Amino acid sequence: MNHRLFVSGHLVAALLMMGLVGATPVRAQSPDSSPANAYTPPRTPDGQPDLQGFWTNSTYTPLERPDGVTTEFYTPEGVAETEARAGAREAEQTVPGTIPDVHYDFTQFGLDRSQTTMARSLRTSLIVDPPDGRMPAMTEEGRRRVARREEEARLRGGRWDSAENNQLDDRCLIMRTAGPPMLNTSYNSNYQIVQAPGYVMILVEMIHDVRIIPLDGRPRPNPRVRKWMGTSRGRWEADTLVVETSGFNGKNPFNGSSENMSVIERFTRIDDDTILYNFTIDDESTWTQPWSAGLSMKKIQGPIFEHACHEGNYSMYNTLVGARLEEQLAAEEAAKQEPN
Amino acid sequence: MGIRPRKWTSLAIIITASLLLSVSSESGQAPAYRAPRTADGRPDLNGIWQAINTANWDIEPHAAGPSLVRELGAIVAMPAGLGVVEGGEIPYRPEARAKRDDNRRNRLELDPEIKCYLPGVPRSTYMPFPFQIIQTPEFVMMIHEYAGAARTIYMENHTEAPAPSWMGWSNGHWEGETLVVDSTGFNDRSWFDRSGNFHSDALQVTERFTPRSADTLNYEVTIEDPDVFTRPWIMSMPLYRRVEPNAEILEFRCVEFVEDLMYGHLRRQPDQ
Repeated sequence: MNHRLFVSGHLVAALLMMGLVGATPVRAQSPDSSPANAYTPPRTPDGQPDLQGFWTNSTYTPLERPDGVTTEFYTPEGVAETEARAGAREAEQTVPGTIPDVHYDFTQFGLDRSQTTMARSLRTSLIVDPPDGRMPAMTEEGRRRVARREEEARLRGGRWDSAENNQLDDRCLIMRTAGPPMLNTSYNSNYQIVQAPGYVMILVEMIHDVRIIPLDGRPRPNPRVRKWMGTSRGRWEADTLVVETSGFNGKNPFNGSSENMSVIERFTRIDDDTILYNFTIDDESTWTQPWSAGLSMKKIQGPIFEHACHEGNYSMYNTLVGARLEEQLAAEEAAKQEPN
Repeated sequence: MGIRPRKWTSLAIIITASLLLSVSSESGQAPAYRAPRTADGRPDLNGIWQAINTANWDIEPHAAGPSLVRELGAIVAMPAGLGVVEGGEIPYRPEARAKRDDNRRNRLELDPEIKCYLPGVPRSTYMPFPFQIIQTPEFVMMIHEYAGAARTIYMENHTEAPAPSWMGWSNGHWEGETLVVDSTGFNDRSWFDRSGNFHSDALQVTERFTPRSADTLNYEVTIEDPDVFTRPWIMSMPLYRRVEPNAEILEFRCVEFVEDLMYGHLRRQPDQ
């Protein structure tokens, strides 16, 4: 993975060129602050601030501040180093020279983040509140729920015992980061925003998930109509799109959340190529206080292609077949060992 | 004055007649309805729409039939339908008709809908689920409740399909009151209905969405696929606006409903 060093050198240069050399401009661009510049976004024909286009929220910045990091921001050199390390981890997640290395080398096809447009930041965590960059303490109820879910998963058996025992994204049901809140995946963290009168639509590339956000202040459906992605209602506050979502079905918990979680997202376009995306999580049955995080969405060229995940999920079938075959071979082996 | 009153009258008749002629030749029906306009002056197709027919069961005319699953009795028995195919019968090549019949016999195993696969086009439009049109000058999005299928119709910057896909690659343009969508780049895995009617990856679909009243659209589809059919053929049906004030696209995330069907036989059996 020698080219990783080559990339890291370019990262430093790129960050320097981006002007990420001092605290002031960085703070002005940091997700938690109000846009400091006087940028006025273009308007759609019906007068909405125009967020339309193709965007990515790909980033190496972790949700929570890593252990041992105590500052809110890295230096430009520091962030280049952490990005290079993270990129190297993505490139080296398989053993070089093996079949998995051929199939899952993320540096192939530009899948790894360092080769795509990234929402770069000097922040050491996406979480801005609490100020320590970590999720707040869990409530007793939240801890019990997490433990109960782990116990239920344990009782269901091993991951390869059945399709249902796999992760939601391996089952092509939903990405765990599809949101809201919308967080990056390891690749294809791409979105298309289209606005018609009364609606904002966000197409998520992964598993072709779509969010349709009405802006007309309509009431929420009966709470029995719960959804994987909840029900979203949006409004404009000046040039910021504010989206409130609740009514989750709880089957895709966000870091241990309950189905009672509500999410407030704020989308603010601060220049032609950047949307600031902040969100606040409120789930008093899970966390002792609401918490907030943010990242940027950077403009990409598009288009977004069809991600027919379930239709092409050969790995699910093949893996289950392989697991059953291994069990069969093990049983045959055990039978041979038994004295006649 | 060079023109006398009698000539005015005949001129008016000629103008009226030619207007009527041009209207009927453009839309195939009269009188034409003029839809409300978007900001850029196009017919406004925004809204939530749904077909009300039995085309998803069988696009050809058909009598009612029993459910394929005995235990479900009348619940998913097939309702009768007059059909949506112009002329009633799809012009299959002989070998393709045999494959359709084979598909039909084995539809419990073969219909992609049973596995919650993306519906393809035009089946997505007449699945028994609503879809929402989100229309801008650059894109017309069609967001389907069934399986969360999404179509992006490029109104500008028309390009070729980069690779085959379930929902195809769609370029659109306006012809007067009509949104015309040309789609290619399909794979050969989607069907037209639950009765085994199918296509190859040479499929070309031309759809025409024409407002016919405030709450209805005419939907006309031309199917071309020389590998499967002897000539192009046409389906047509109305689409209806979901007029409930609280209408919205809900989730039909059906993968979890089919996992046991698709992978249940590969489940680990309890140790003996």
